[in-house]
Amino acid sequence: MDTHTALFYVFSAVLLLAAFRVITARSPVYAALFLVLAFFSAACVWILLRAEFLAIALVLVYVGAVMVLFLFVVMMLDINVEELRKGFARYLPLGVAVALVVVVEIGHVIWFRSQGLAFVTVPTPTPEGYSNTKELGAVLYTQHVYAFEIASVILLLAIVAAITLTMRRRPGLKVQEISAQVAVRAEDRVRIVKVETSTER
Amino acid sequence: MLTITTAHYLVLAAILFSLSVAGIFINRKNVILLLMCIELMLLAVNFNFIAFSRMLNDTLGQVFVFFILTVAAAEAAIGLAILVVLFRNTRSINVEELDRLKG
Repeated sequence: MDTHTALFYVFSAVLLLAAFRVITARSPVYAALFLVLAFFSAACVWILLRAEFLAIALVLVYVGAVMVLFLFVVMMLDINVEELRKGFARYLPLGVAVALVVVVEIGHVIWFRSQGLAFVTVPTPTPEGYSNTKELGAVLYTQHVYAFEIASVILLLAIVAAITLTMRRRPGLKVQEISAQVAVRAEDRVRIVKVETSTER
Repeated sequence: MLTITTAHYLVLAAILFSLSVAGIFINRKNVILLLMCIELMLLAVNFNFIAFSRMLNDTLGQVFVFFILTVAAAEAAIGLAILVVLFRNTRSINVEELDRLKG
């Protein structure tokens, strides 16, 4: 067993264990933390598949941004976990059955229906000095540049949508009205009162 | 079998996908865990794309994964924003109590 094989089995085992703990976690905080572990070991497996750029992107985007978002939301919401876990044992057999059916179906297709295809061959090794990031950038900015632009618009849309959804104006909150402050004139603030002065001594 | 073939990666992705399907079934009351299971499903799909991209020596699969990651990040952000608004309005994230639309 060479290093590649051993690493594959180690990272896959960690990935599957972490995924299992995500779906059976007692508290959503643990689920989010195990999801971080799952994403991290998935990134390690992607590096074994020579997809270095996507592996780093997964760690940066998911572990760095999306999971922190998840953790923030989980900690901000005051959830009664016990109430939410009531149906856990009741739905467990159904979930296990559906998962087994999915595994058997996909495994059947992969192992038995594809003997003539190249599934069971070892992928060809990449040449010396191959850079995954360079290859990906070369096609991303030339052939798929429109899709790239659309992806950036989607991200902008997500920012706008998330902010408009969660922004609210609470009644009774004391805030500055900047426009009113800027538009104020001297007459509004200072009142000049002519006072009759007496000159008698 | 000692060497790792494409089929190994595909089976790994299949197990991951079915674990998240089971997660959707057994955590069907908790919206946060449902979102996490959807993220895991997308990860399993990305595994397939990358394994085939490696098998066929074609970068297009990885470009697809790049866009799936983008859309999934946007989906997580908007989904969590909706979740926060939902919790603010109903003080609960239980799916079974979300019957206000009577659909």
